[in-house]
Amino acid sequence: MRLRLSGIQKAFGATLALKGVSLELDAGEALAVIGENGAGKSTLMKVLSGAHAPDAGKMELEGQAYEPSSPLDARRRGVAMIYQELNLAPHLTVEENILLGVEPSRWGWVDGGRRREWARRALADLHSGIDPGAPVSALTIAQQQLVEIARALVHEPKVLILDEPTSSLTGVDVEHLFTVLERLRQRGVSLIYISHFLEECQRVCQRFVVLRDGETVGSGLLAETPMREVIRLMAGRDVNELYPRTPHALGAPMLEVKALSGRVKPRSMTFTVREGEIFGVFGLIGAGRTETLRAMFGLDPVAGGTVELAGIDVTGWSPRRQLACGMALLSEDRKQEGLLLNRSIAENLLLTRHRPVSRAGFIRPKAERYMALDWMERLEVRAQDQRQPVGELSGGNQQKVAFGRLLYHQARLLLLDEPTRGIDVGSKASIYRRIGRAAEQGKTVVIVSSYIPELIGVCDTIAVCCRGEVVAVRPVGEWTEHDLIAAAIGQANDPGQPPLNPDTA
Amino acid sequence: MSNETLSPYLTHLRRWVQVGGPFLGLILVCLFFAFARDEFGDPARESIFKPGNLKTVMVQTVVVAVGALGMTLVIVSGGIDLSAGSIVAFTSVLGARLISSGWSPVPVVLVTVLAGAGIGLLNGAAIAGFRLLPFIVTLGSMSIVRGGAKWLGQNQAISIPNEGGLAQLMKVHSPDSLFPLPHGVWVMLLLAVITAVVLRQSVFGRHIVAVGSNESTARLCGVRVRAVKMAVYALAGLCFGLAGVMQLSRLTQGDPTVAVGLELDIIAAVVIGGASLSGGSGSILGAIVGALLMALLRNGTSQLGWSNYIQEIIIGSVIVLAVGLDRWRQGKR
Repeated sequence: MRLRLSGIQKAFGATLALKGVSLELDAGEALAVIGENGAGKSTLMKVLSGAHAPDAGKMELEGQAYEPSSPLDARRRGVAMIYQELNLAPHLTVEENILLGVEPSRWGWVDGGRRREWARRALADLHSGIDPGAPVSALTIAQQQLVEIARALVHEPKVLILDEPTSSLTGVDVEHLFTVLERLRQRGVSLIYISHFLEECQRVCQRFVVLRDGETVGSGLLAETPMREVIRLMAGRDVNELYPRTPHALGAPMLEVKALSGRVKPRSMTFTVREGEIFGVFGLIGAGRTETLRAMFGLDPVAGGTVELAGIDVTGWSPRRQLACGMALLSEDRKQEGLLLNRSIAENLLLTRHRPVSRAGFIRPKAERYMALDWMERLEVRAQDQRQPVGELSGGNQQKVAFGRLLYHQARLLLLDEPTRGIDVGSKASIYRRIGRAAEQGKTVVIVSSYIPELIGVCDTIAVCCRGEVVAVRPVGEWTEHDLIAAAIGQANDPGQPPLNPDTA
Repeated sequence: MSNETLSPYLTHLRRWVQVGGPFLGLILVCLFFAFARDEFGDPARESIFKPGNLKTVMVQTVVVAVGALGMTLVIVSGGIDLSAGSIVAFTSVLGARLISSGWSPVPVVLVTVLAGAGIGLLNGAAIAGFRLLPFIVTLGSMSIVRGGAKWLGQNQAISIPNEGGLAQLMKVHSPDSLFPLPHGVWVMLLLAVITAVVLRQSVFGRHIVAVGSNESTARLCGVRVRAVKMAVYALAGLCFGLAGVMQLSRLTQGDPTVAVGLELDIIAAVVIGGASLSGGSGSILGAIVGALLMALLRNGTSQLGWSNYIQEIIIGSVIVLAVGLDRWRQGKR
């Protein structure tokens, strides 16, 4: 047994973040730690990596008591953590970053030769071809992540903890990361893998534990446990269907985009969405999907082409006018753009349409309160009250508020940019239900997403973008996961060379 | 995400501090003066809390408080206005000149206040129209308007009659009792109520807050960001213009060199009142209390016979304390 945790508890003030967590990990085994946001995953990992000391419970590493005093101490003993947000110094070189804080030195002077040697060795393990002398700012996100891993490898880790490592990677890079992880595992490194994507966990790990409200509520072998069971454990209730299909009829064309181009991206977007249709847009990061939505909504300038909403030419109108016409956009970045983080839930929900709660330009406090509470209930937002600042909510609840604003606005065309990025399964299910209901009511929904199961699960039609153009539009039934990826990297018409291993399931 | 572990108790405390913080400060200062003794060892409370002296403190508060109304709007919208002191000087000189050329008080007030609003609108146009930084634009207009004031006054103060007319606005009658308060104090209180209601309860107020909290979100939600900014700076100019009228009425002369650094007092009042300099939050009531707190500190410490430099050190410390409290309230690292 490489690592054994029993009865770990940790409290912050009056809140018990961990109420009793136990887990075991063998050498060369990959363990998925699964749980909704706020279930205690992050706290557990911080305890493991030495950032927090547990209040109670025992930790053993290879039979010895394991009580790390700091992350550096944990790292020296062989437990290393790769955080979701990259922690690299962008102006330093790759090798400087890899050995930051543990530079080999002689009389206080950095030994450059040995440093390069160590960095090279760590990078070679990853088969990455990254130049140790290059500044980190010149690397792609995927390469930077490999540098993070290399930094962990310098200490010959026994246990490597990865927190949502694929959240900023695209298909090809994810595959490479998985290969690297598999290789490490075969060398005997134990992995703890945290991810919202259950498919990834199945891919990388053998066993799983599920955390809920700071406790381990279940564990088992991933190969033998149906996904539905895992989701039930996570949510603590039956999420009957993550992707409920609500029957809805498609009407006349609602949105017609013709040869739309922006300053840089998109190059030329053409597609038509019908009334009541849920229309998915897939593509790699950089394909111009977000830019298309922003140009349609008037946030970015339009260089050419037209956008018609229900037969009216709305090309280049300001967001204010688009909103007045019934078009609304959910930003992909709820923290930077989607929400007023320091303001209340009520203010955020009602921001685009004050008329129902105001008279002569002044808000009626009671009407505002009832309206906000009503919507919070409909959207299943968990919060103290409608006055709580949105920034204090969990990611899932924040997203429900941001999305709820579009519904409250009674928009007839909803443009959703990565509507479920980085939120827990329960919140995802809630948002999918609301999308289905909106379509049922005859609203038109455009979803931009990089998460294929979600697009296949929710949409009627999926369009694929590649290099700023729509390359294929088909009903959802005619798409497979493999076809989507192939189309997105521009190889749909080249069946002789499947670019990726399609058998990911 | 770790905010989920934040206990409700702490959340409530933070909310409470935002609302009650400035009052708490005021109470602490009052408590201090209630027990302090002056240089002769006598209790200072008798002279400080005399009704007549409290009235003096209020009169001293008025100019800063009226300016703070406009400044709160600007700061809540995520901006700053450094030209406040210069606008006060400019408008007080303008008012004095109009009066000495025989205008009657009402048109003088109207024209002066509108002149302030006009300067504010120019600030707003430069900031919103050319997307320039408010700090830089108003730093420039601070100098330009100060120059304008000196040109308008031909480099000297212009006196107005200290009986009747405009001087009536800030005239202190029966100096030994609290009432009647000068008209200017009532005007300030009335305006404060109006501004507070507009900021908290009007759709326009919500738009100001939205722009200050997150400009991108405001744009995404169809708020006319530029129009809101222009309006905010124009309204601020209007308040500064009115503060200039109050200043003129109190000193009975329009002096182009007056109110240098006043903008810093005004900003300090707003910040002590709980506004965040990064925008998106702030309170009118708090700003008024902040202005009152500073005036009381100045008045009280001079009654104690403390030197000017001690006052300055204390007021500076209060500002830093207020900002520190604000940081803690927002739960930043």
